[in-house]
Amino acid sequence: MSEAVKRKEPLFSPRNKKLIFNPLSKENPITVQVLGICSALAVTAKLEPAFVMSISVMAVLAAANVIISMLRNTIPSRIRIIVQLVIVAALVILVDQVLKAFAYDVSKQLSVFVGLIITNCILMGRLEAFAMGNKPWPAFLDGIGNAMGYAWILITIAFFRELFGSGTVWNYPVMENLGLYDLGYKNNGFMILPPMALIVVGIIIWIQRSRDKELVEEK
Amino acid sequence: MKALRNYLDKIKPQFEKGGKLEKLHSTFEAFETFLFVPDKVTFKGSHIRDSFDMKRAMIVVVVALIPALLFGMWNTGYWHFKSLGEAEAMGFWDMFFYGFLKILPIIVVSYVVGLGIEFAFAQHRGHEVNEGYLVSGMLIPLIVPADIPLWMLAIAIVFAVVIGKEVFGGTGMNILNPALTARAFLFFAYPQDMSGDKVWIAEKADAFSGATPLGNALVGNFDNFPSVHDLFFGFVPGSVGETSTIAILIGAVILLFTGIASWRVMFSVFAGGYIMGLIFNFFGANAYMELPAYYHLIMGGFAFGAVFMATDPVTASQTNRGKYIYGFLIGFLAVIIRVVNPAYPEGMMLAILLMNVFAPLIDHYVVESNIKRRLKRIKVKA
Repeated sequence: MSEAVKRKEPLFSPRNKKLIFNPLSKENPITVQVLGICSALAVTAKLEPAFVMSISVMAVLAAANVIISMLRNTIPSRIRIIVQLVIVAALVILVDQVLKAFAYDVSKQLSVFVGLIITNCILMGRLEAFAMGNKPWPAFLDGIGNAMGYAWILITIAFFRELFGSGTVWNYPVMENLGLYDLGYKNNGFMILPPMALIVVGIIIWIQRSRDKELVEEK
Repeated sequence: MKALRNYLDKIKPQFEKGGKLEKLHSTFEAFETFLFVPDKVTFKGSHIRDSFDMKRAMIVVVVALIPALLFGMWNTGYWHFKSLGEAEAMGFWDMFFYGFLKILPIIVVSYVVGLGIEFAFAQHRGHEVNEGYLVSGMLIPLIVPADIPLWMLAIAIVFAVVIGKEVFGGTGMNILNPALTARAFLFFAYPQDMSGDKVWIAEKADAFSGATPLGNALVGNFDNFPSVHDLFFGFVPGSVGETSTIAILIGAVILLFTGIASWRVMFSVFAGGYIMGLIFNFFGANAYMELPAYYHLIMGGFAFGAVFMATDPVTASQTNRGKYIYGFLIGFLAVIIRVVNPAYPEGMMLAILLMNVFAPLIDHYVVESNIKRRLKRIKVKA
């Protein structure tokens, strides 16, 4: 038995670090797995809602991953999806209420999309693929990692859309202060429309793939 | 001519594999084939190469666009002076020259930006410079208002060439017509500069109404509506090249005579628009629906779209039966969008872009049905 005693894994072992950092690039939920696109298009017209949305997803995903991971051995596999949904729904309601209490304006802007975190594919994917088969701590890291991968894409899209679509960054009028409007510059109304978000995501994917050839499928 | 050829032959080795300017190979080749008929021969099998290559086909289209361009220059000047109340005092050449100075920068920006991107991509990817932009670069100035700020145009062209074309693999691979992609981008990005009644006359006096016939028709304003004569010859405000149906028809004759554009597409676009016009006439619920159907064919960008945009061989349907369906639906939808949708006075752009997307699907079903029909003829079952 003495051989079989497991050595305690350090909290941030290389394996655990991968759980956090891989989703930022090589296994990014949006640009590589193409999950959670719907909210990425809907809430990225401005930085503020995109940021709040990212934080909300992070809170829900990390907490749900931990809870599911703790329950993983007791959930009957035939009803696992509904159990996952109940837990996620409870967490989403919590987040929604907190937003309504402390950030009412943003919560109004995000409207239905906070509620729709329940159906966010990233959540379902991580719960099924990771939390159901791993211990709570790695599951927590996985949740944080994937939410960060989601967040940085969202915030990048929102930065460009807000800058070119509304001429502001976090509601600070950059273009006006640069004096571009006097030169005849005009905001690009197309950037505010959801199709442009899809194109910006496409450009990010393009850049990512041309830098990391591993991601390109063989023909 | 001989000296030029000799010079090209002299510098050619530098651009070939191993030469010091190898990277600029495609640039060199683009200029060489622009100046001289390509001398490529096929070594295997018995193929015949026509000297009429893509570059020459594209140039024929540009030639076909010239009547519309020249008329557009004159028309730009005419409406400018008319809005100022000086039209009587100005001669033909004053008007033409004013329009020429207005439109020349648009053409220059269009070609410099568009070809710049084409060359950059060709160098980067190591393929030949695609000829497609020769036509797009001339189409774009003809479908924008003469007053458009040049930086907006440049951004739209970057968008159209990169996202509309190069992403899919360059000329011949694009799903959407690049010129219309540029226009759609401008239309959605800067609506205040691409629609309404302020933009269609260059530097107009404020008091003068600059609404196009389509704009007036959409709001139900049929007082002083232009006559068929004015619409047909193009004495109305509008995008640079779209107003004169007769100038466009001259271009259409050139395209049909050389066999570059498909008469099937052209014919069925006009048929589709006319039939939808007749259907609206039948209902006649408001003044716009009662407008005689042939008005739709000579108003706005309908003729221009039908002749130069819908017939784009890359984005249109490839099968003959598909071409009838594709063209018919373009005309049909364009008139529906014009009359029914309050947000868009002109439906031609959106109709063509929509059908561009559907063209492969139409082809797929035409081919499938053809296979099915022929399979039925087989007597012996496999």
